[in-house]
Amino acid sequence: MARAITTNRKIINTAIAWFIALLIFFPILWTVLTSFKTEAQAIADPPLFLGFDWTLENYTTVQERSNYARHFWNSVVISVGSTILGLIIAVPAAWSMAFVPSKHTRNILMWMLSTKMLPPVGVLVPIYLIFRDWGLLDTQFGLVIVLTLINLPIIVWMLYTYFREIPGEILEAARMDGATLKSEVLYVLLPMAVPGIASTMLLNIILAWNEAFWTLNLTAAKAAPLTAFIASYSSPEGLFYAKLSAASTMAIAPILIMGWFSQKQLVRGLTFGAVK
Amino acid sequence: MATKASRAAARAMISPSVILLLGWMLIPLIMTIYFSLLRYNLLMPGANPFVGLENYEYFFTDPAFVAAVTNTLMLVVGVLVVTVGGGIALALLIDQPMWGQGIVRILVIAPFFVMPTVSALVWKNMFMNPVNGLFAHGAQFLGMQPFDFLAHAPLASIIGIVSWQWLPFATLILLTALQSLDSEQLEAAEMDGAGPFARFRHMVLPHLARAITVVILIETIFLLSIFAEILVTTGGGPGNASTNLTYLVYVQSLLQFDVGLGSAGGVFAIILANIVAIFLMRMIGKNLDA
Amino acid sequence: MGAITLEQVTKSFGDVDVIHPLDLTVEDGEFVVFVGPSGCGKSTLLRLIAGLEDTSSGRIVIDGEDATAVPPAKRRLAMVFQSYALYPHMSVRKNIAFPMKMAGIDKAEQTRRIEQAAEVLNLTDYLDRRPGQLSGGQRQRVAIGRAIVREPAAFLFDEPLSNLDAALRVGMRMEISELHNRLKTTMIYVTHDQVEAMTMADKIVVLSAGRIEQVGSPLDLYHAPRNLFVAGFIGSPKMNLMTGPEAERRDAQTIGIRPEHLAASPDSGAWRGTVGVSEHLGSDTFFHVKIEGRDDPVTVRAGGEVSLHHGDPIFLTPDESRMHRFDAQGLRIA
Repeated sequence: MARAITTNRKIINTAIAWFIALLIFFPILWTVLTSFKTEAQAIADPPLFLGFDWTLENYTTVQERSNYARHFWNSVVISVGSTILGLIIAVPAAWSMAFVPSKHTRNILMWMLSTKMLPPVGVLVPIYLIFRDWGLLDTQFGLVIVLTLINLPIIVWMLYTYFREIPGEILEAARMDGATLKSEVLYVLLPMAVPGIASTMLLNIILAWNEAFWTLNLTAAKAAPLTAFIASYSSPEGLFYAKLSAASTMAIAPILIMGWFSQKQLVRGLTFGAVK
Repeated sequence: MATKASRAAARAMISPSVILLLGWMLIPLIMTIYFSLLRYNLLMPGANPFVGLENYEYFFTDPAFVAAVTNTLMLVVGVLVVTVGGGIALALLIDQPMWGQGIVRILVIAPFFVMPTVSALVWKNMFMNPVNGLFAHGAQFLGMQPFDFLAHAPLASIIGIVSWQWLPFATLILLTALQSLDSEQLEAAEMDGAGPFARFRHMVLPHLARAITVVILIETIFLLSIFAEILVTTGGGPGNASTNLTYLVYVQSLLQFDVGLGSAGGVFAIILANIVAIFLMRMIGKNLDA
Repeated sequence: MGAITLEQVTKSFGDVDVIHPLDLTVEDGEFVVFVGPSGCGKSTLLRLIAGLEDTSSGRIVIDGEDATAVPPAKRRLAMVFQSYALYPHMSVRKNIAFPMKMAGIDKAEQTRRIEQAAEVLNLTDYLDRRPGQLSGGQRQRVAIGRAIVREPAAFLFDEPLSNLDAALRVGMRMEISELHNRLKTTMIYVTHDQVEAMTMADKIVVLSAGRIEQVGSPLDLYHAPRNLFVAGFIGSPKMNLMTGPEAERRDAQTIGIRPEHLAASPDSGAWRGTVGVSEHLGSDTFFHVKIEGRDDPVTVRAGGEVSLHHGDPIFLTPDESRMHRFDAQGLRIA
């Protein structure tokens, strides 16, 4: 705006905004801080904000007692696995809808998005029973399948919007240049779509990592990812806040970092483009 | 570009997605409907006779049902009110000129990326716990009795936790929409003599109306299915005080093993979600044409 | 080598007939221009030849072989798009090499052709840049280079100069004509600009609403337009077309006379009028004259030194030997 913003107003805005932002962020901050305290300090009253002896004992204890690494790895496998599988299925679909649209394209896209609105509880019983009968309960593989299916609409949707931004003429030029369909996608489309694909992957990894319905209901000890593992977190000795904080910090750190880079993708992906 | 060859290729390329999603939707759905018409309990092996709408009768006359529906409604409305109201306010605030806007955004967005089980446990233990939680410490500091949030106000507490998680989503969407508002329009209005409240009412709010609608619809779809937070904090209790529809079906299906009854509940949940979805699809459809 | 024939080709999009049954022959080595107003179907026709769209009916024969069902990659045609359609993530060198890579040509040969094309098109210094770092004219040349190295049976140009500014356009026009003289390969060129058509073509195909109005050399179209549409389309400024008593007197429904075939005089002549808007180009002056009894102004070309002003009386005399006559169907009367 071509008008002088009074510095006073800016100071007030900054103060209020930072205050509220820190308030909202506080639980996360508190968790991270507590992860470095002893259990006794974790429940101290008055609460210790910074004046405590920082220790890493919780991080080591969590791993020793409960094989944290395995659950972390489960999360990684199902997030990355469902993302890659989803991409393999979605890229052709998005290509087809973006570059060879038919009169059904719009309806198919909307229908795909509508499958995401199915409440998981509505199919909990059959999925559970199928998984039980086919030995898929408590397996990474089973979870990857489910997560791929529930996020496929979003992956297709996001790739579709990114592909549409690529001028169709360039693909036609490739065809004129003698490219087969495979060459066209491999040498021309995908390299041009790398940023869009990366964004889509980022968003999907986040969604899969945080998924907390199927991961809680279809796993037990072996394939439980972090969502399920944390859900069962308590400690035989009673006091466990510090260890919970350590486990939580490790569970959320990767996603927090990824999330901070993917704000725009979040808007695009989760509002299905209804908001620009 | 459309030649016979490319159209054939397109059909082939889109089929895996369509077939998989069709299967994902139809097969479990049909099974759920089928199970809902049987008397089927996993603990009682043997014949699962067809009993028509008996499960539905049981489901709707279960005293927990009314509580579940009410709680579901309160959860959804409660979270919507906090997140949309708070989201508008936050979006307006962040849109103001200030220093460190980028960092403020990052701080405000963060809760959305925390997995639901972590946020639920953190709130339950480190904040709301009546002995060791920060709220308890704060109450004692002020000379008051600590309040056992999850025991005495379970639904409200869960509304609080879920709101904390979804506030960033609403804020982000509304902020994006806000920043797409043409500043020249606002300046023209100011030149025409409109004060800040008038500008807000007549220009900002209508512009945001569409984004608000989208936020409400999308959040509703997801809020109907709140599960992890309930599982990990109150287990639906005390009694049915914090049981929503999703949790009720879960309890019936996987804890009571009454698959038939749970399926009936599942069908009801699907119908409910579909009603909301119809509205959301219309909005998306409008935008796809744009 | 590059003879293309269209036999009874039609194209419809849904219910809309974009191209009506159409026959056309392009001889090997010809420079053929498809010209016509927006929406006449010229680009669609080009794309049908390229194979980017299927014909709704009819045959496309390339070098004696029926190519109607052959995919674009296999037709041995090269296309230069209006937006150049360069691969943004590849260097100029890689862009030009791409078609050869697709054809499996060995590396040594690829390098040879690239360097040759780069020399012809003045791109040698830019081979390692990306398209984003090039100017419009340079990108245009890269697109042409990519087409040249394919050594195609024919080149297809889809309004390649539309995105360039006027000065660049004139230069590139000459370069493309020069290229044609060198390579002697068939070129099919689409444009809406009849000046480009007239200056570059061996043969012009005038299209309107999916039909061919006339096929002929530039001068054929200039001297003997077959109907009113072609008469009004070719030539700039447009031919003056008149109905009424002047036409009837010459046994026609409509007569046409080009601005350059009217003589203007301040004192005497066949038609009397008043000067309206005048356009002074230095080399020529165009007067738009309001003739008594007519609504539309008549345009006349005069030398640069003629000085008449708005409102002055003026007399126009047509050169009868250059008068065109058209009947009630709009067709030329010989």
